[in-house]
Amino acid sequence: MSQDTLFDKVWDLHKVSSLRGGSDQIFIGLHLIHEVTSPQAFGALKDKNLKVKFPDRTVATVDHIVPTDNQSRPFKDNLAEEMISTLEKNCLQHKIRFFNIGSGNQGIVHVVAPELGLTQPGMTIACGDSHTSTHGAFGSIAFGIGTSQVRDVLATQTIAMNKLKVRQIWCENQLSNGVYAKDLVLHIINKLGVKAGVGFAYEFAGPAIDTLSMEERMTICNMSIEGGARCGYINPDEKTFSYIKNKLCAPKNEDWDKALKWWKSLKSDENSIYDDVIKLDASTIDPTVTWGITPGQSIGINEQIPLLDDLSPNDKLVAKEAYEYMGFKPGQSIKNTPINVCFIGSCTNGRISDLRVAAKVLKDKKVSKNVKAFAVPGSEKVAIEAKKEGLDKIFKDSGFQWREPGCSMCLAMNSDKLIGNQVSASSSNRNFKGRQGSPSGRTLLMSPAMVAAAAINGKVSDVRAFINT
Amino acid sequence: MKSKFSPPIGKISQINGKCISLIGNDIDTDRIIPARFLKCVNFDALGESVFEDDRETLKGRHPFDIEENQNASILIVNSNFGCGSSREHAPQALMRWGIKTIIGESFADIFYSNCIAIGIPCFTLPKKSIQDIQKYNNKKSLSLEIDLENSLAKSRDLSFNLEIKESSKKMFLSGEWDATLTLLENKNLIEKKFNDLPYLKFNSPFLITN
Ligand code: SF4
Repeated sequence: MSQDTLFDKVWDLHKVSSLRGGSDQIFIGLHLIHEVTSPQAFGALKDKNLKVKFPDRTVATVDHIVPTDNQSRPFKDNLAEEMISTLEKNCLQHKIRFFNIGSGNQGIVHVVAPELGLTQPGMTIACGDSHTSTHGAFGSIAFGIGTSQVRDVLATQTIAMNKLKVRQIWCENQLSNGVYAKDLVLHIINKLGVKAGVGFAYEFAGPAIDTLSMEERMTICNMSIEGGARCGYINPDEKTFSYIKNKLCAPKNEDWDKALKWWKSLKSDENSIYDDVIKLDASTIDPTVTWGITPGQSIGINEQIPLLDDLSPNDKLVAKEAYEYMGFKPGQSIKNTPINVCFIGSCTNGRISDLRVAAKVLKDKKVSKNVKAFAVPGSEKVAIEAKKEGLDKIFKDSGFQWREPGCSMCLAMNSDKLIGNQVSASSSNRNFKGRQGSPSGRTLLMSPAMVAAAAINGKVSDVRAFINT
Repeated sequence: MKSKFSPPIGKISQINGKCISLIGNDIDTDRIIPARFLKCVNFDALGESVFEDDRETLKGRHPFDIEENQNASILIVNSNFGCGSSREHAPQALMRWGIKTIIGESFADIFYSNCIAIGIPCFTLPKKSIQDIQKYNNKKSLSLEIDLENSLAKSRDLSFNLEIKESSKKMFLSGEWDATLTLLENKNLIEKKFNDLPYLKFNSPFLITN
């Protein structure tokens, strides 16, 4: 049983009661909602004749279904229009703040809440979306919930949940040049496996984590769920506080001083007890690419796709499925795999720093003529900043399509989809079968810089060749 | 033709039905219900689209299309079932197809808690036992009577123990899995927490006035 970790402290602070069944009733400090997983929850409230308990603790935006080409209303897709207007009605009726398209603050929910200063240390944060773990980068305890639990949070501001165990993942040394947070987290998931995190919260710590920017930390925590951990977090520090300062919803004046004082008291104690500790050396990691159908099936850019015999019995079954689906042969190099589509965006890597890194690679270069490439900013704020810095122009000049903010091809609920068995180089987080909209489409996950390199060469490439010259 | 769907209500203590095996590790929720079917404001129509892409690929040979499985309600799966997205649409689609309980080697966290929240008990068994059950079921279709209180599964010629988290078991037996009302019982404690949390003091004015 863990003791005195940040997770323990935040959990205990938010515990309302022990339920008869043995789980805890946990207060949710910030509830984020979007159009896909909330309508049924509001429907259930209505059926049960319940009200939203604390409307000011819920904030809404729209991201999953928004078209990224033409956003004029009504949307061309009737179902998408129905979903967004349902959310609009629900927010209006229940007096919930809604950052709609055109507000300047709309975007992917996990990009928006931090950039508005809503995400803060020491909070519990829940959202009907598995990548809610992203917010843990600020030292909050944040996790995805299903629609029935969205209903419970709306009605009671609490959920029933069993306390998680805590695993510390200690990252020694520093990432080397051309290797990014995405590579680190893909590496961690590969080493630990996609289900190692079941029942755990992951605490990411160590020198390699300390030096990461807040946006990079978000990339790490974001993909905790890909390692099976519902929640991932990083102890807050000066970087955390200065990121939040002056954001739209951040505490101001005397409130800021109070906040800062409290936030500074929040971290895992030096002698806290973890249920498990894993150590790894960040300096040995290469740019990492997935070759299979789970985010755990990844290798360094200079490695070969593993042979069946190199894998544990547990991994063999899904490896066989992956070779067949991906059309790869065991032992084959991942480098030089031809790419048809490139996607830069998502809640993992659709922030301004991601666009900057990719733009640096793309500057004065052209996307291969065999590649269709999209850049989709994670939020309206990201898009505005990118334009200010002229990044949109670099993307467009290179041959990328520059789109409006949303989830887009991360899950392909709008018209941005793979066709047939196209291969995509994607900065998103899931390479599941069919994830990018075509039942036979193939996804290779990598960092935004690596996606940019793949776009230029038309094949999987080592981005270090671009940045070291 | 399937009978009309009615969701579970109240205490759940006994589940009887035919087994359906689905073989594979790490079967994610995108496969259980592909994202394009999430464009809906209720769950009603999801049952028919469960595993849509996998079924399309297998052209009638998918377990969910095989004739003998049509009225099965006990799903037998392998490890890390339901990983990926938090979409409750996944267990909702399974439930609306006819699944009432799942037995597997292991489940992804959010999928598991979604199953509890909608009244689908999930049991675990070691890898080998799961594989044996899947094999047996493929040879001679297996029907089980599951007694949740004693975590016991019985068929004509087999009887074995299942594992389930004690807290989940209690929730099903008491009806507490349908959590909203239980949570609301602590109204006063919730109010107290709301008033006590340090950050709500330095954050609330902004949120309320905007
Ligand atoms: S960007 Fe992708 S993973 Fe993130 S919230 Fe949107 S659909 Fe989910």
